[in-house]
Amino acid sequence: MPHTLSVLVENKPGVLMRVASLFARRGFNIDSLAVGVTEDPTLSRMTIVVAAEDTPLEQVTKQLHKLINVIKVQDLDPKEMTDRELVLFKVNAPPERRHEIIEIANVFRAKIVDVGKQSLTIEATGTGDKLLAMEDLLRAYGIKELARTGKIALARGSKDA
Amino acid sequence: MRMSGAQALVKSLQNEGVEVVFGYPGGVALPIFDALFEVESPRTILVRHEQAAVHAADGYARVTGKPCAVIVTSGPGATNTITGIANAFMDSIPLVVFTAQVATHVIGTDAFQESDMTGITIPITKHNYLVKRTEDLPEVIKEAYHIASTGRPGPVLIDVPVDVSKGEIDYVYPENVNLPGYKPTFKGHTKQIKQAAALIAKARKPLLYAGGGVLASGAWKELKELAELMQLPIVTTLMGKGAFPEDHHLYIGMPGMHGAKYTNYSITETDLLIAVGVRFDDRVTGKLATFASKSKVIHIDIDPAEIGKNKAPDVPIVGDAAHVLSAIVSELRKMSAEPRTDAWMRVIDDWRARYPLHYHNPDGVLMPQYVVERIRELTKDRPTVITTEVGQNQMWSCQYTHIREPRTWVSSGGLGTMGFGLPAAMGAQLGRPEHLVIDIAGDGSIQMNIQELATAKINHIPVKIVILNNGVLGMVHQWQELFYGGRFASSILDQDVPDFVKLAEAYGCLGLRVRTPEELDAALLQAFEYDGPVIVDCRVPATENVYPMVAPGGSIDEMLGGIPGGPVSEMLDDDSLLEEVWE
Ligand SMILES: Cc1ncc(C[n+]2csc(CCOP(=O)(O)OP(=O)(O)O)c2C)c(N)n1
Ligand SMILES: [Mg+2]
Repeated sequence: MPHTLSVLVENKPGVLMRVASLFARRGFNIDSLAVGVTEDPTLSRMTIVVAAEDTPLEQVTKQLHKLINVIKVQDLDPKEMTDRELVLFKVNAPPERRHEIIEIANVFRAKIVDVGKQSLTIEATGTGDKLLAMEDLLRAYGIKELARTGKIALARGSKDA
Repeated sequence: MRMSGAQALVKSLQNEGVEVVFGYPGGVALPIFDALFEVESPRTILVRHEQAAVHAADGYARVTGKPCAVIVTSGPGATNTITGIANAFMDSIPLVVFTAQVATHVIGTDAFQESDMTGITIPITKHNYLVKRTEDLPEVIKEAYHIASTGRPGPVLIDVPVDVSKGEIDYVYPENVNLPGYKPTFKGHTKQIKQAAALIAKARKPLLYAGGGVLASGAWKELKELAELMQLPIVTTLMGKGAFPEDHHLYIGMPGMHGAKYTNYSITETDLLIAVGVRFDDRVTGKLATFASKSKVIHIDIDPAEIGKNKAPDVPIVGDAAHVLSAIVSELRKMSAEPRTDAWMRVIDDWRARYPLHYHNPDGVLMPQYVVERIRELTKDRPTVITTEVGQNQMWSCQYTHIREPRTWVSSGGLGTMGFGLPAAMGAQLGRPEHLVIDIAGDGSIQMNIQELATAKINHIPVKIVILNNGVLGMVHQWQELFYGGRFASSILDQDVPDFVKLAEAYGCLGLRVRTPEELDAALLQAFEYDGPVIVDCRVPATENVYPMVAPGGSIDEMLGGIPGGPVSEMLDDDSLLEEVWE
């Protein structure tokens, strides 16, 4: 079961490495990890997606808590969170097929951010499911390159004030 | 006051009350050693290998409860500390290691003797720092000592580039630390403490299982109070030895792979396991599924991550052992709880009588267990610290010593580090100058840090090394005999090489050889009286094994060796013990 951990850390050098190394040491594979500074410039938020059973995951979250630079760890409830990911697709786009591709982008409320002679680059944001569906459709045209930010997430308003 | 980073470092050590530094210099560490040169305190002990510096600081911390300091140079000096740091980390020992580093502007260029110490030590330190500005040094040192010695203690590493120790600052030592992400839970939860007390009051076959956390917390008084109030039998782990007086009637030994049969049987049979400052290590539990499987479990630990890691407790209590135990005691007093363990103690005593620890002690043969027993008897009336190496010597020391004073037992638990005993003994001796300090050693292990004889000699650290010289890597040999068809691959040493007596003499120490039981007492007494380091080379048979023994991964009540027979006791039929206490 994939879990989404929201980890508030001190914004200091080396913190990412401490967190990543803890997952590696305890035998967990990180599916995605996104970091950025928060509203408070001394703090960063990491959103970590990791596939794990509940019990071993509890061990990791407790170990995460023990890192001196980690301030707060939340295992976000999928029903109680807002999550987004941003993906850039560079798709094969000979002039005669551009139109179709732009159509698809529109359906997914994605944006064309670069146009090459034989390619289009599309920026899409959304949840994992939506982006997967889009990727599936674009695959028919040939995806030349793909980059994703990894999921970021916050607990819904009611829960966290 | 205006001073250099190196002077600020030394001043901060003084502010932390650090009395001893174990160190070894080198290029980029020179500013720091130069600053140490100017001061009376801390005293700097020059070791002969950086690993030994860390083990010495570790031994010092184990007997005093206080972290001291290790200072080494960058690169090889720094990487030589790794085993020592890992050892302290596994056993939750507070210490602060300063590694000098190449100058900040060349970090990352593979400069001469550069190694990424903060990177390397992430998994084996409680925390670490790379100091980039001289003005950060005082605050970092303040934090490091705070982190090392509070909560669940552990080693902290501070990497100090040479330009940082050469830079100048106006020195101010901070009063407080500001660590938003570090707030160990000290007080136990009231509701859980009440639950624990209720279970303890009701249990028919309760058992205390105490570990290193009791010593770290300084909770031995509270532990004894609880045990005596409710007449609870108690086992202590290898790390917990000394947390409870081992000549006390309620004390029933060290559990696990080489525990006595009666100790392990008590765990299998208990109906309430009260675990304090322990981590259910595999060397204690054997097969987890059958460990204390008839029992409710109360688990008290300051580290939330230990609770439920290996065994799910019925009552988890996160908090400091001393605080939680005394809260449980006052709860029990409020309830006017009475001890109910008469019948249970009769069972345990019956097992104790049927299945004592024992060994064959043929005439004229010097047996290793006998050596340990004689050390125990000859030191009965004097304050003594025992350190050990690793292997059979360590297990016999566990089995046959009776540690009566807290923090006088120093042994490498979680990492099992051969070569720990001698440097740890030096640290222990500096921490407890009035105590007799004895390293019970193996002939293999002692050679891993034998160079420290020079340190001991030159600095007048009069440790006594008693080598159980069996000519083999005994514990390896034992496993090969039992589980590898007697194929003794790479486990045979030579009792005569080196000649430990001549080796002691080469270092200016006293060397004594003992070949028969008759010679033993005189040699030990001579060693204890001698004003300086001594090696007593005890020639013991290579063929002796440590028993009883739980096969790796086996249930702890299924033991090889020892007095034959299973956990039989008619006393178990006592009506009160047949009563079902838990619905
Ligand atoms: C540094 C290190 N290397 C290897 C081992 C594996 N090991 C455990 S016990 C042992 C043998 C120890 O021999 P010795 O010191 O002579 O003690 P004995 O068992 O003979 O009493 C070995 C090699 C270890 N624990 N530590
Ligand atoms: Mg040996």
